[in-house]
Amino acid sequence: MFDVLIIGGGNAALCAALMAREQGASVLLLESAPREWRGGNSQHTRNLRCMHDAPQDVLIETYPEEEYWQDLLKVTGGLTDEKLARLTIRASATCRDWMRSHGVHFQAPISGTLHVARTNAFFMGGGKALVNAYYRSAEKLGISIRYNAAVDALDIDNDGRFLAARIGTERIEARSCVLASGGFESNREWLREAWGQINGEWVADNFLIRGTRFNMGVLLKFMRDAGADMIGDPSQSHCVAIDARAPLYDGGICTRIDCVSLGVMLNKNAQRFYDEGEDFWPKRYAIWGRLVALQPGQIGYSVIDSKAIGRFMPPVFPGTKANTLHELGLLLGLDPVAFVHTIEEYNAACRVGTFDHGILDDCHTEGLTPAKTHWAQPIDQAPFYAYALRPGITFTYLGLKVDERATVHFDGKPSANLFVAGEMMAGNVLGKGYTAGVGMAIGTAFGRIAGTEAANAAGFSRQKKNNQEKVRNGDA
Amino acid sequence: METLEGLINEARGLAANELEVSRVMTICNSCRYCEGFCAVFPAMARRLEFGKSDIHYLANLCHNCGACLHACQYALPHEFAVNVPKAMATVRLQTYTDYAWPAALGTLYQRNGLTLALATAGALSLFLALVMIMRGTLLFTPLHGNFYAIFPHNTLALMFGTVFLFAMLALGIGVRRFWRTESPGPASAGAMAEASGNVLQLTYLGGGHGEGCNNADDAFTLWRRRFHHFTFYGFMLCFAATSVATLYHFFGVLEVPYPFFSLPVLLGVAGGIGLLIGPTGLLWLNLRRHPMHGDQAQKPMDRGFIVLLLVTSVTGLTLLLWRDTGAMTLLLAVHLGVVMALFLTLPYGKFAHGIYRSAALLKWAIEKRQPTKLRTADE
Ligand SMILES: Cc1cc2nc3c(=O)[nH]c(=O)nc-3n(C[C@H](O)[C@H](O)[C@H](O)COP(=O)(O)OP(=O)(O)OC[C@H]3O[C@@H](n4cnc5c(N)ncnc54)[C@H](O)[C@@H]3O)c2cc1C
Ligand code: SF4
Ligand code: SF4
Repeated sequence: MFDVLIIGGGNAALCAALMAREQGASVLLLESAPREWRGGNSQHTRNLRCMHDAPQDVLIETYPEEEYWQDLLKVTGGLTDEKLARLTIRASATCRDWMRSHGVHFQAPISGTLHVARTNAFFMGGGKALVNAYYRSAEKLGISIRYNAAVDALDIDNDGRFLAARIGTERIEARSCVLASGGFESNREWLREAWGQINGEWVADNFLIRGTRFNMGVLLKFMRDAGADMIGDPSQSHCVAIDARAPLYDGGICTRIDCVSLGVMLNKNAQRFYDEGEDFWPKRYAIWGRLVALQPGQIGYSVIDSKAIGRFMPPVFPGTKANTLHELGLLLGLDPVAFVHTIEEYNAACRVGTFDHGILDDCHTEGLTPAKTHWAQPIDQAPFYAYALRPGITFTYLGLKVDERATVHFDGKPSANLFVAGEMMAGNVLGKGYTAGVGMAIGTAFGRIAGTEAANAAGFSRQKKNNQEKVRNGDA
Repeated sequence: METLEGLINEARGLAANELEVSRVMTICNSCRYCEGFCAVFPAMARRLEFGKSDIHYLANLCHNCGACLHACQYALPHEFAVNVPKAMATVRLQTYTDYAWPAALGTLYQRNGLTLALATAGALSLFLALVMIMRGTLLFTPLHGNFYAIFPHNTLALMFGTVFLFAMLALGIGVRRFWRTESPGPASAGAMAEASGNVLQLTYLGGGHGEGCNNADDAFTLWRRRFHHFTFYGFMLCFAATSVATLYHFFGVLEVPYPFFSLPVLLGVAGGIGLLIGPTGLLWLNLRRHPMHGDQAQKPMDRGFIVLLLVTSVTGLTLLLWRDTGAMTLLLAVHLGVVMALFLTLPYGKFAHGIYRSAALLKWAIEKRQPTKLRTADE
């Protein structure tokens, strides 16, 4: 029997497994994906939001705890547990050395064209390189790993104590267990149910999943039904607007469309529906998924002209291109008359001052609803381009309620040996909204806590081991 | 190809392998996670589209280190099937072929195994025949390392000098053609120094983090860089040994046979040992290489060149050991034959990668000093 069982194979699971092993426990990790798809959503990530009071290795300037906390408060609109949030923030300041010790590399801030932010440490090679490094380290430390091992149920006694995990008819016992099997964003039925119908349309049917196809939420549902304390709203998720041609799963980062603020966004009826100039990229990026989800057919069209080329991240698929607006409307399958009318109306309303995409500039529209409050320039320079966008789900927020020891709770009572980390409990900190790098910060902080606590619950801790050693050596 | 995109690309005049690099670079350009690994990614990020010259440049900038394949979220089994090192390797071979001088000989790259075999066999026969003609009877009389008693120095200097100069000319013209497809402008001293540093240290086999590149799997190793260093510096030391010996001869500093502790012999021995360790290591790594790295079809070319280098050092060191015996004449003929084959195939084999890569690194060193035209803000 293993001391600690880890269910999941992404960042949170790996952090937990490594920490439990470091305490001396024997560890088995069960990943539902085959080896080549291992790593869940974590393989698609790029960075970790880190607090720091002074410039530190790959981080410039400072990002103090208070500022981090305020940022989190802002995006969540208060849907966050301050104690757990601050714990995450503080842990983010000190986890990088541990990550490095397991082979994770960070990208130096000076290099090339990447705008390495003050707030985030970037993984060299991205999340897949990070996941690879953790798996290598896990193998080296003797952690047992099983792929194609999707757990479908747990045996839990009346006191909320973990007894065993089940894969079909197989029963895997362990002294303690960490759940780190992600959200339910890949489960299309559940998404459908969570989002429901709007104007007679099942909106989630048109969603794309930006990450893994393996986060089916099986254990979330199991735990909910088993009476575990839950947190978060199943309809809340991180949802951005991505290229409509993105694959159904695993489109990852490259399908994002970054030119919305440089032009206008139209719906299926060739009408504008929101202020494209409202705010900077990180904010507008996160709002457009939901905005598009609420439009007919869950589709939007970002329209730009040649002036915008070279000013935004190159999209992965080529845009629809035409020499006249009329032709572009036709190519998009929209009513070309309405299309041209909307753009001309917008063009006429533009009050161009000094265009500057780097600040909230003074180019805006007048007498137009909805207004475009910044970066409003007429769309008049051929050729014209358009990109069709659909909602892309990053991850869901429904999760298990925890305390600062990452314990699963039943009716407000902590389980003695069942812990949870990562996306499965991120809702405690991130009730809604999102700010780049917080997902990995939560997974790393709580993964490490859960691993340590699980080892502890199985009778292992470095502290204890040291004491036993002292006793054996006659020092104590 | 029937798609609109296909037609546009055909109009752009891209071959299938170039189209693949263009496709892959378009994906990378909107992802950019691998930015820190090597120069390919920052160079890519300065472009929105990838024309023929961009593709050739980027392909030669790639060191085939494999890091970006293992880190790639879009690698197989993902439907995007991104494999940067493979796409780049396939185009690299094409660039060597396209830019080769004389153009007709460019096809030798494609049949490199055969080329190597023929060159080696031909050169060996030549020297053995020369031995027969000139010194047939003396074959087994110990000559105490007096090589020139068999092949007069001037004959050797003429033969090897001609072939070497031809090789350098052919490579020079090729690399000039490559440079001119899209010259980044004049090279400043800073750019030259940086590029030289990158070449001499093989910076981009360090993985961006100094732990090395990938070989068999996703773990990093410095051995590929080290064995490259042994090979490169071994080759240079051997070259220096020959040059010094030639100068000694012309200026009458020393007569053959040079004593063991003379400069040419010491340089040659050091170089020979480098060329023993380096290629052996590279061959060992090559046999263990992850099958998805690079272009499998080019393995014979890689291995052919490695083996030729290895045989050069083995025959050279053997010659040194047995130069006082009756076997010297035969050993000398074999060694010279192998060296001649190496020289003959320099411009049409794997050796070219070093030249083209150095040129690409210089292009990058120049280009990165120029302001970028794009203003694509990122996250
Ligand atoms: C495209 C994209 C980009 C992102 N970029 C960032 C970023 O830059 N920074 C950041 O902080 N966050 C980012 N995120 C969010 C981040 O991915 C998540 O917050 C984080 O990965 C969660 O880690 P996790 O270990 O909890 O879940 P995951 O990494 O999703 O891992 C869940 C694991 O559980 C396995 N699993 C699921 N069900 C079972 C089962 N029944 N049995 C066994 N195993 C199971 C899955 O196969 C998977 O391995 C991004 C997300 C996406 C989709
Ligand atoms: S190799 Fe893959 S992960 Fe790296 S930049 Fe390209 S697409 Fe992104
Ligand atoms: S294989 Fe290595 S050198 Fe080539 S592009 Fe990828 S990271 Fe750069």
